[in-house]
Amino acid sequence: MAGSDKGKTVIQQVDKNLVLNSGTPILVMQQLCKSYFPGAVELKVLRDIELTITSGEYVAIMGPSGSGKSTLLNMIGCLDRPTRGTYKLGGNNVSMLDDDQLSLIRGAHIGFVFQSFNLIDQLNVIENIEIPMYYQGFSEHESFARAAELAEMVGLGDRVKHRPSELSGGQKQRVAIARALANDPLIILADEPTGNLDSESGADILGILDRLHREGKTVIVVTHDDNIAAHAHRIIHLFDGWIKRQEYRK
Amino acid sequence: MLTFRLKRTFKLGIKSLWMHRLRSTLTTLGIIFGVSSVIAMLAIGEGASRQAQEQIARLGSLNIIVKTVKPSEDQRPTTQEQTMVEYGLTYTDAERFQSSIPDVRVVVPSRRISQQARYRNRKVVTEVLGTVPWFTDISPIRLLRGRFLSSVDMHHKQGVCVVDEQVVTELFAFDDPIGQDVKIASDYYRVVGITSVHDHQTPGSNITGSVPAAPSSGGANVGTIYIPLTTVKDRFGETSIQISGSSGANIERVELQEIVVKVGSVDEVLRIRRVLETLLERFHKKNDYQVIVPLELLQQAKDFARIFSIVLGSIAAISLLVGGIGIMNIMLATVSERTREIGIRRALGAKKRDIVIQFLSETLLLTLTGGILGIVLGSAIPFFVTYFSDHPTAITGGSLVLAFGISATVGITFGLYPAYRAANMDPIESLRHE
Repeated sequence: MAGSDKGKTVIQQVDKNLVLNSGTPILVMQQLCKSYFPGAVELKVLRDIELTITSGEYVAIMGPSGSGKSTLLNMIGCLDRPTRGTYKLGGNNVSMLDDDQLSLIRGAHIGFVFQSFNLIDQLNVIENIEIPMYYQGFSEHESFARAAELAEMVGLGDRVKHRPSELSGGQKQRVAIARALANDPLIILADEPTGNLDSESGADILGILDRLHREGKTVIVVTHDDNIAAHAHRIIHLFDGWIKRQEYRK
Repeated sequence: MLTFRLKRTFKLGIKSLWMHRLRSTLTTLGIIFGVSSVIAMLAIGEGASRQAQEQIARLGSLNIIVKTVKPSEDQRPTTQEQTMVEYGLTYTDAERFQSSIPDVRVVVPSRRISQQARYRNRKVVTEVLGTVPWFTDISPIRLLRGRFLSSVDMHHKQGVCVVDEQVVTELFAFDDPIGQDVKIASDYYRVVGITSVHDHQTPGSNITGSVPAAPSSGGANVGTIYIPLTTVKDRFGETSIQISGSSGANIERVELQEIVVKVGSVDEVLRIRRVLETLLERFHKKNDYQVIVPLELLQQAKDFARIFSIVLGSIAAISLLVGGIGIMNIMLATVSERTREIGIRRALGAKKRDIVIQFLSETLLLTLTGGILGIVLGSAIPFFVTYFSDHPTAITGGSLVLAFGISATVGITFGLYPAYRAANMDPIESLRHE
C-alpha cells in the first residue's frame, strides 16, 4: 500500500534537529474524530478536533471525566489511530501507519510519563531508563552512558542499581521522566503525573517539567487539577469530545 | 548490536524466570523427565537390540544351522513297554549336504555328549563335542595355545583333545594342560590345544526357542572338550543312546546333534537354505530337525528392535508432550500476569515482534535448560540400569540430538501461542490492566 510505504520512508528520514526550532508545528490534528462501536450505536468520543501544537509549548489538557481526555492522550501518544480526520506528528501522518510503524513513532517521538509510574519491577533504575533506547537500537555502551546521565539529571545518580520497589513515589516518577527523555522525544506526554504523589513530591515533579520546558522541550500534561494546569501556557478544555475553549496565559 | 539485543533478551528472560524460581523449576522438571526418559528408553532399546544382534552374529551370518530335534509325541510309535526311537541327523545327511549342493563351502557335523572329564583327582562334567578340524571355520572360538584338531587326528582316530579355558580352570589348577592326559569315560585323551570359551548355550537359544540339541543329562556342563568326530564314533559308538522314561525304558538313538553349513556369501544363504530343506524333507519324514538361519534371525531382531525403540520412544515422547503443555500453561499465566509490562513496553516503542521474541526466549530458556539437564539425567539412567540389572544399554549420539531437538521444538511450539497472545494485546488495555 502506498500509505504504509510513505509512512516508512518518512520515518526513516526523521531528522530531529530540523523540528526542534521553536515555533515549528510538530503536532497537527485536523477534523479528527474517534468513535467506538461497543454495540450497534456509534459512540463518538472525540468530535472534529482541530489542534496545532508547536515546538517548545507547554500545554495542559483539562476536562471532566468522560470528556475524552484519555482518548485524546492515547491519540497524541500514537497508541490509537483516529477514526476520521488526520493527525500529523513531526511530519508523519499517523492515521496512515501500521502497528510496527506506530511502535517506531512512539519509541522515537513520544516520552510517556504515567500517573502510576509504570516502571518494570524486575529491572533496576538504569535498566528502566534504557528500555526505549533498547527498542530504538542503541548500542549497549551508548545506552548505558545516556541512562546514567539521565539518572544523574533527575537526581537519582546514587540509586541507579535500586529496584522500583526500593524507591519512593517521587523517585519513581523521576525515573519515569528520565525514561521519557531517553530518546530525546518531540513531546513529553504526562498523564496526571502527580496524581499518585504527595504535594511535596508533586511540586518536585512539576518543577522538573517546568525545567524541561525552559530547556526547550514540548510538554503536554493531561490533568483535572487547576494548580497543575496553571504551570502551562495554554490550557485546552475538553467537554463531551469537543474542544470547548482554549486559554492562553502569559 | 544484534548480540546486545540477544544478550539483553536472554538476561531479561533469566531475570523473570529467576523471580519465579519454584514455578520455573517445576516447569523445567516436566521437560527434564521427558527428555531423560526419551534418552533412557532409547538406550535400553538399543542395548537390547545390540545384545540380540551380537548373540546372533556369534552364530555366524554365513552359517545355516541344522539341529536335531526330538519329534513330537504323536509322530512316533508309542507303546506301553520298551520303545526304541531313532531320530535326528545322520552322517549320511552331512555327506549328502556336501556332495549334492555345489555352493556349500564347509559342512561341519558335530556330536555332543555330556561326560565327566577327570584329571588326577579333579573331575568336572563337560560337554564333549565330537567334530571336524574345520569346526573353527564356523565358530568364533579362538585358539589360545597349541593347535586345534587336525585331519591327521581325524584319519587316525587319535585320542587327542582340545579344551577350552573353562575346562582349564576347572581341571588344571597349576599344571600346564598341554601334553597332559584327560580321562573321559574310560579313555585318555591328550590335550593339544586351548581355545577361548564358546558360549554356545546362550546364542539364539532364548530367541529361537529351540530345544537344547544335545540329549545330554542336562544341567550344568562346564566348558567344552573338542575331540575328533572319528574318535567319538570309534570310542562312544555310532550313535548316542539315551535311556529315559520312568515306567519303561525309552531308548533314543541319535547320530548327530548338529550340522552347520557355511556358504560363500550372504546372498546365497536363503537359496541354500531352501535347497537344504527340500533335501531334508525327502529323507526325514519324522520332522526331527530344525533349520536355523542366523542371518534371518538378525534381520528379525533388527526389525523387532526398531519397533521396540519406536514404542519406547513414543511413550517417552508423550511425557515430553505433557511437559510441553505444562510449559505452555505456565507461559500463558506469565503473560496474563505481565500484561501491564507488555503495555509499558509497547508504549515505549516495542513492536509486536519484540514482545514475541521476549516471551519465546523465556520459553526456550526453560526448555533448553530442561533439555540439557534431561540429557545429563538421561545419560545417567542407562548407566544405573546397567549397573544394577546387568541389562545392556547403549546411548547413541542420535538419541541425544533427537531429544535435544524435540525439547527445542516443544519450546518453540508451545511458546509461540503465549508469545503471540502477549504481542497481540491492545497496548491501551494492557496499560490500564491492574
